[in-house]
Amino acid sequence: MSQRQITFEVLRYNPEADSAPWIQTYSVPCEEEWVILDAINYIKDHLDSTLSYRWSCHMAVCGSCGMTVNGEPTLSCKAFLRDYKGSKIRVEPLTHFPVERDLVVVLDDFMEKLQSVKPYLMPKTEKPVEEGEYKQTPRQLKNYKQYTMCINCMLCYAACPQYALNPEFIGPAALALTHRYNLDSRDAGRSERQEVVAQHEGVWECSFVGACSEVCPKDVDPAGAIQQMKIASTVDWHLEHLMPWRRK
Amino acid sequence: MSRNPYMRVVPKTTWYLRNGRYLRYMAREVTCIFIGLYAIILTMGLVRLAQGPDAWNRYIAGMAEPVALVFHLVALGFACYHAMGWFNVTPKAMRIPKGDGFVPDKTIIGVHYGIWGGVSLVLLILMGVL
Ligand code: SF4
Ligand code: FES
Repeated sequence: MSQRQITFEVLRYNPEADSAPWIQTYSVPCEEEWVILDAINYIKDHLDSTLSYRWSCHMAVCGSCGMTVNGEPTLSCKAFLRDYKGSKIRVEPLTHFPVERDLVVVLDDFMEKLQSVKPYLMPKTEKPVEEGEYKQTPRQLKNYKQYTMCINCMLCYAACPQYALNPEFIGPAALALTHRYNLDSRDAGRSERQEVVAQHEGVWECSFVGACSEVCPKDVDPAGAIQQMKIASTVDWHLEHLMPWRRK
Repeated sequence: MSRNPYMRVVPKTTWYLRNGRYLRYMAREVTCIFIGLYAIILTMGLVRLAQGPDAWNRYIAGMAEPVALVFHLVALGFACYHAMGWFNVTPKAMRIPKGDGFVPDKTIIGVHYGIWGGVSLVLLILMGVL
């Protein structure tokens, strides 16, 4: 096993003592098979126990270890050091979010937005539990499965320039999840969700930069979901205005 | 412990210089300026046509000037870049179920290029170029 000495430039911010974030450097003896998170853990365990950051699963499942690595929104447990050339790596918190402390960001805004799109099944008629499950064919599952893969890692928000310019934008992951429920054959809640989706801060704030889909570690393709919802909203509008008799 | 989150500012006017991904996006958006200018020139042609043969002939002569030719070449380049940029992302907006999966991206993009080529061909034939 070969070792590589890498200098980590890490953003530090202590809300009780600092007026602004600053950069601290650590020299870390890295093993070849490490990911960025292993190096951060090494710093915490051996060099500086005051460093704060989030992580849990170390296997790209929990979505808590998102960081900005060399300027790119990155899932730090999925980013292998062998893919980083050179002897310096810069690690900062995810962009576009307020910094709580060091590499930890405040996610309250996303939590509110996620709630606003009602990301749960709203069947047309609620069945009593005794009547069994709501059934679905594999084909029907396939239609939305991709959008269920989201782990709420927030890399897409960190990559989205529209979210940076207008923080009211509902944003990629929440909209991808909206699409997931809208596409579900067991769900009948689309018209309720449309109130949030079809407003300006919904899908129309997106100008299709596509950065969200490029950084998404789970291939959710939120940009695709948003464009599909734009088309569906446009069809709705035309049907409503050109065929008023269809109005409910 | 008190909370005191720090918000880092994103530059409002130069944000797209932050990385290549944003620059590519801006390039795609900027191309529409040339397409808009081209549309204005085309509309001017219609106005001149309505004004009679003299006005029309002057317009046609103006279009043969080197400046006009260079502008049209540049605009054509940008229009192609714009169209190709959009064609390549169409599969994201069009998810068409087929069998157990979806119509492959390549097919969707290919059909767009096919229609583009077909329409261009018909137009060139109608204009007597081919
Ligand atoms: S859509 Fe992708 S990038 Fe965005 S939160 Fe979900 S998994 Fe992360
Ligand atoms: S630690 Fe769970 S996704 Fe990285």
